Amino acid sequence: MAEEMKVIVFTLAQEEYGIEVDKVRTIERLVPITRVPKTPAFVKGVINLRGIVIPVIDLRGRFGLPETDLTENSRIIIVAANDLEVGFIVDSANDVMDVMSDTIENPPEVLGGIKAKYLSGVAKIGESRLLILLNLVEVLSRNEIIQLEQFGE
Amino acid sequence: MEMNQYMSIFIDEANDHLQSLNENMLRLEQQPEDISIVQIIFRSAHTLKGMSATMGFEDLAALTHEMENVLDLVRNGKLSMNGNIFDTLFKCLDALEAMVQDVINGGTGKGEVTELVERLKAIVKGEDGGKGAAKAANKEQAISASLVLDQYQLSVLSQSMESGHRAYYIDVKVREDCLLKAARAYMVFDVLERNGEVVKAHPSVQEIEQELFERSFSVYYITQVDEAVLRDGISRVSEIESVVLTPVDRDSLAELGRPQASSVSTSDAIKETAAATESAAPAAAPSAENGGGLRAAPAASSAAPAGNAAPRTIRVDIERLDSLMNLFSELLIDRVRLEQLASEVRRNDLTETVEHMARVSADLQNIVLKLRMVPVESVFNRFPRMVRDLAKSLDKKVDLVIIGAETELDRTVIDEIGDPLVHLIRNAVDHGIEPITERIKAGKSEVGTVHLRAYHAGNHVFIEIEEDGKGINRPKVLETAIKRGVVTVEEAKNLSDDEVNMLIFAAGFSTADKVSDISGRGVGLDVVKSKISSLGGHVSVHSKLGSGTRFSIQLPLTLSIIAAMLIKLGSEKYAFPLSSIVETGSVKRSDIRTLHGNRIIDYRQSIIPVVSLAALIDSPDYRDDDETETEMIVIRKGDKLAAVLVDEFIGQNEIVLKPLGKYLNANLGIVSGATILGDGQVALIVDPNALIK
Repeated sequence: MAEEMKVIVFTLAQEEYGIEVDKVRTIERLVPITRVPKTPAFVKGVINLRGIVIPVIDLRGRFGLPETDLTENSRIIIVAANDLEVGFIVDSANDVMDVMSDTIENPPEVLGGIKAKYLSGVAKIGESRLLILLNLVEVLSRNEIIQLEQFGE
Repeated sequence: MEMNQYMSIFIDEANDHLQSLNENMLRLEQQPEDISIVQIIFRSAHTLKGMSATMGFEDLAALTHEMENVLDLVRNGKLSMNGNIFDTLFKCLDALEAMVQDVINGGTGKGEVTELVERLKAIVKGEDGGKGAAKAANKEQAISASLVLDQYQLSVLSQSMESGHRAYYIDVKVREDCLLKAARAYMVFDVLERNGEVVKAHPSVQEIEQELFERSFSVYYITQVDEAVLRDGISRVSEIESVVLTPVDRDSLAELGRPQASSVSTSDAIKETAAATESAAPAAAPSAENGGGLRAAPAASSAAPAGNAAPRTIRVDIERLDSLMNLFSELLIDRVRLEQLASEVRRNDLTETVEHMARVSADLQNIVLKLRMVPVESVFNRFPRMVRDLAKSLDKKVDLVIIGAETELDRTVIDEIGDPLVHLIRNAVDHGIEPITERIKAGKSEVGTVHLRAYHAGNHVFIEIEEDGKGINRPKVLETAIKRGVVTVEEAKNLSDDEVNMLIFAAGFSTADKVSDISGRGVGLDVVKSKISSLGGHVSVHSKLGSGTRFSIQLPLTLSIIAAMLIKLGSEKYAFPLSSIVETGSVKRSDIRTLHGNRIIDYRQSIIPVVSLAALIDSPDYRDDDETETEMIVIRKGDKLAAVLVDEFIGQNEIVLKPLGKYLNANLGIVSGATILGDGQVALIVDPNALIK
């Protein structure tokens, strides 16, 4: 039985990514970000989301893609997983899409520099469109941050 | 029947009763002759039983029932407390606590109680062996004359009438379609017991609770409350069909006495009862005479506040308080923002309104913070029992003296402070207080004393644990510290007495010669210290060899709103908690000297290190080296000072503490949290403790 699931679609370096809609709290326009010292470079700092302080990370930096200047289209997607609430800075976010579960395939072994463990699958939409689905648990994993810290010391 | 809605009430009240049972058992252990304490314990156990039975926790009910049987004998002077009974009852309390805990965790409240029940039964039988017949006779009597009062009850009635109480014979009838007769009856008894005292019930209270009655039950009752009030209170219990109150006067009391006399002559067995009651009478009578007046007094005094106090407090879910706090902190942020705007707009009426709002919100802040304050009693009250058990297992004699249990602390602090205190108290009893023989040898009284003190001072609450034990053996501490590599021999030479004492808080340190299962595993004191620091507190220790040790914990009153100094560093803003700031000022670049590679300045005749905040946090757009004169904040940690160089002062503000979110929490370092400023931006709070090594 193919199940339908809703995903939020966002772009990052001209590629399209998806996050399940129930993991996404809100999508925000850019707000001033307060830098937090002594954190990995991809941790941009913290923002005030209606009275709650939420850390934001640059998803480009997290995936090792070159960081670019923020634009009018840049968005912060607030996701909640693993008991954590984190904001992702993405190039743009503008669509909600239904994806049938039987169109999702396992991620190929090597995929554009992004480690396969950050991805949960690739959905084929129509003939030419590919949507990369994120494995939030891995993206939010703190292990690497801890490793980076130890390396830094 | 929907039980869930009653569950939280059950849990709350069960905990209250367990607490009161524990406390009063301890009191009773001190004064085993005081029957009035037994009465209180009995009542608590009784209520707990009723509640448990109603909620269907059979094991809880079964155990409390047997406890009640034992206590009943005690309060009627038929059994006197001894060590064995105390131990058994304390074990029962532990079992009850375990079962209630199980219920709290969503379990069924089942527990292995048969052994304890057997022990309790043995106690009842053992003491009652010779009077087995009396028990049987009691039953017989109950059947033959349903509501005959024995002499003791008669004397209670007549005495309380003399002291101005009213006595009633109350007949209560429940409705035919009533589903939970026992529960309704229990509620009626609850009303009655709140206002006075039930002298005798028919059928017996036990039978009523097991629903062994048809539709009505009756009681003899003494009270000071008005007949109308009483009638009203009972009829308010739902599913009650009728209540008949008949005042009992002296004449009817005399009549009541007579049938009993005649019944005595009718049966040999009952004669035996009379003998038994008479033999118990000398014990009961004085207690009735003393207790009669005494008992009336607490009953009256508890009735008066109960009348006023009952509607004055309500139980509120903690989550609601937390969300109230959150909402208020948002309001506070907006207030700061409004103040800022008003000062820009410069319109008189706007400024006035904003000022008024600021005053109101300051009052509101006080109230919201006070709502979250809880007396430390809720943490302290488990210690008497703990100390008692510890002292027993270590074969020591220890008195715990609690002072200032009413001191209030923020709930978040209360939740966290329990474990560190447990550890320090265990430590005091285990390592501090000497064994009895040693104490006698040292010329001290054989009973050691542990003082547990709490008090307010300024914006802080102090909790002190002081014992009159052997004190800290400094040479031994130093020796161990060097052996464990906590300090080097060189460093050790320069340590002051207090610094040596503080070494016991270092990680991996334990001076206990023997490892016991109570303390001395070498983990603990360092955990205690880090826990207290994480609460924004501070622990210190003073000790005199041979005469005792005092641990002193300093805690902030609240963790949610603090006064802070806001500073600017280039484009970034940071907050320093005001509590650790000694002074603000400015320093000329030329006054900063280097000493052995460290930058220092002269500050009021002493030399203190200089810390560059910009360098520590890698400020992107500010360097203090470029300036000729720099602003500085002198901060304090314990008795150490340091000067922190900053760019510019913004001003002093009340700020709301916000966590940085779990994602970043582990790598905080010099940042202890965040706050939201009036312009909606996040500012980080600097942890001054991390700036001073």
